[in-house]
Amino acid sequence: MSSESKFGEYGGQYVPEALMPAIEELTDAYERYVLNNEDGFVDEFRERLADFGGRPTPLQRADRLSERYDREVYLKREDLVHGGAHKLNNALGQVLLAKYMGKERIIAETGAGQHGTATAMAAAHLDIDCEIYMGRTDINRQRPNVFRMRIHDAEVNPVTAGSGTLKEAINATMRDWATNVEDTHYVIGSVVGPHPFPKMVRDFQSVISEEAREQIREKAGRLPDSVVACAGGGSNTMGAFHEFVGDEDVDLLAVEAGGSGLTIDEEAGLAPHSASLSAGEEGVLHGARTKLLQNPDGQILESHSVSAGLDYSGVGPELAHLVDEGRVRPVNVGDDAALEAFHRLSKLEGIIPALESSHALAYLERAALGDADDDLGEVVVVNVSGRGDKDLDTVIEESDSRDIDAAPSMEVFQSE
Amino acid sequence: MSESDLEAAFADGPALVSYVVAGDPDVESTKEHVRALVRGGADVVELGLPFSEPIAEGPTIQRAVRRALDAGMTPERYLDLVADLREDVDVPLVCMTYFNPIYQYGAGEARSASDASGETASEGPEPFVAAAAEAGISGFIVPDLPVDESGPLKEACEAHGLDLVFMVAPTTTDDRLDRMLSRASGFVYVQGRLGTTGARSDVSDRTHGSLGRLDRTDLPKAVGFGISERDHAREIVAGGADGVIVGSAFVDIVADGRDAADRLEAKARELKAGALDGASEVPEPERT
Repeated sequence: MSSESKFGEYGGQYVPEALMPAIEELTDAYERYVLNNEDGFVDEFRERLADFGGRPTPLQRADRLSERYDREVYLKREDLVHGGAHKLNNALGQVLLAKYMGKERIIAETGAGQHGTATAMAAAHLDIDCEIYMGRTDINRQRPNVFRMRIHDAEVNPVTAGSGTLKEAINATMRDWATNVEDTHYVIGSVVGPHPFPKMVRDFQSVISEEAREQIREKAGRLPDSVVACAGGGSNTMGAFHEFVGDEDVDLLAVEAGGSGLTIDEEAGLAPHSASLSAGEEGVLHGARTKLLQNPDGQILESHSVSAGLDYSGVGPELAHLVDEGRVRPVNVGDDAALEAFHRLSKLEGIIPALESSHALAYLERAALGDADDDLGEVVVVNVSGRGDKDLDTVIEESDSRDIDAAPSMEVFQSE
Repeated sequence: MSESDLEAAFADGPALVSYVVAGDPDVESTKEHVRALVRGGADVVELGLPFSEPIAEGPTIQRAVRRALDAGMTPERYLDLVADLREDVDVPLVCMTYFNPIYQYGAGEARSASDASGETASEGPEPFVAAAAEAGISGFIVPDLPVDESGPLKEACEAHGLDLVFMVAPTTTDDRLDRMLSRASGFVYVQGRLGTTGARSDVSDRTHGSLGRLDRTDLPKAVGFGISERDHAREIVAGGADGVIVGSAFVDIVADGRDAADRLEAKARELKAGALDGASEVPEPERT
């Protein structure tokens, strides 16, 4: 058991004083219920993950990808979790914890809408009021998820500040929490924020690598040579890596959104990518010290990715630490490569991956067939963090405007 | 121990602590605005160094921060502004900002200059605190730096003779209050209500409870969050505060723009008068 708030230099609790008592209360609840299984919390969580969430998810051998890349490729199918993404693992854990703590109201932020959907779903399942903050830009590009949240009776509050994406939604949720902290729990959607969130969210997500580690031993007869996962805030990344961190022979690759390039436009305050592990600098944002996209004055830059779920200027402090330690290697792929990978998996394996997960799949292509000299080894596990149904509008529009080779033409189906 | 600039500002009756965002809408206007606030009776001026993610602020100040950043405010320009103001403004100036700009000062440039290996360790908050002291800042208020993480900044402030002001919230536990008071200097910022900054139409009931818990310290106590009118100031000082902190009501005037300096001066005068009214209602403390 560890209640240490830092990962090396990263992490900590940089929040307004009004929130600190709630964070102390949460830290106490995390230690008692999650780490020590008080009142059977972990047992109930596991049971609900199975019966409501549909776990364990399969580790599937991808036959045609294996052939294409001339190695064993396994897909961890988090797209098959109830709701269509790994996000439910964490949302269910935190909403259940909030119930154990006697909280009356849940708030959450969401980027792509997957975390908001998972939280709304868990809140409906466990019967607790729920409000979600979502950037205006993200609302426009993820309408199906907005509707899904509404179906589950959650309020969705549009956030118009800045570029209207995840960073602004987090700011707005923090402000709500500071106002209603006494009866409200903030379900942070990734391994970010003040301690204990990065550890707690990782613990809820580590079921991914716990299952995958056992499954790959069964299927391949050994541990993988590498595990590949996309990284925005980093919750599916830490979830997919955690149980492998101690296995020094397993390479851990965090694939970030390279957007349209790794340069930074400081005049415009914009990074045309979301690669804070690859290109960020240490700083303090949203309650933690971590790697951030920022200018030399410490102002946070707007990030970009074709995938709303990766579009964030920061990253979890534990990942930042593991990168500094050399245990996790950050790599990145651009928007176009991610779109190509989206279509490739759909065509070759019959699985429509989320645009987030498409980044991990795009890296596989590049490492095996492209210009990267990475040797992913003979046995590779790729985390398919979510399904891509939510991204169809974006993919149709972006595939057309970018001339994505692998995309099917919809021209003959245009209405007359 | 000698009294700090900030403590001294509370020595002659109830103090008006005012806040504006540096560089909103531009540097020259901010200078005029600060002078106007002081003419109107402000005893301390908090000068906001804008940060792009102001999570403790309500809409009024969020927009002001955006305007200042869009107009090109940087930490360097902020320090120049402070140094210029010091030539004719004699009330203490407090730097109110978030931790990242303080932490990055110096580190950002060093990184730009360093090679691709990027092995430039941050020096922490010391370089900015040193530069702020040199420019004439008397203390810091950093809303996203609770007492638990305040060590390095507190150390740097002590080394340069500056105060680090802590905020006490309605939710603050007694245990946390003790920790805070053991490190606090200058004055104690009493957050009058939960939530974010912003003008409100009434004084929160919780203000009195918060003030009551601060009897144990000799430091001056100033209440902020939601104060915008003469009556609020009166009520708060009558309730035992040594001062009131007003931000959004001033920032609203700056945002409106028309005759801003004159109206800031008049607003400061109104609030200061309210504070003085309140002081006259406080019963003489019993001497034992």
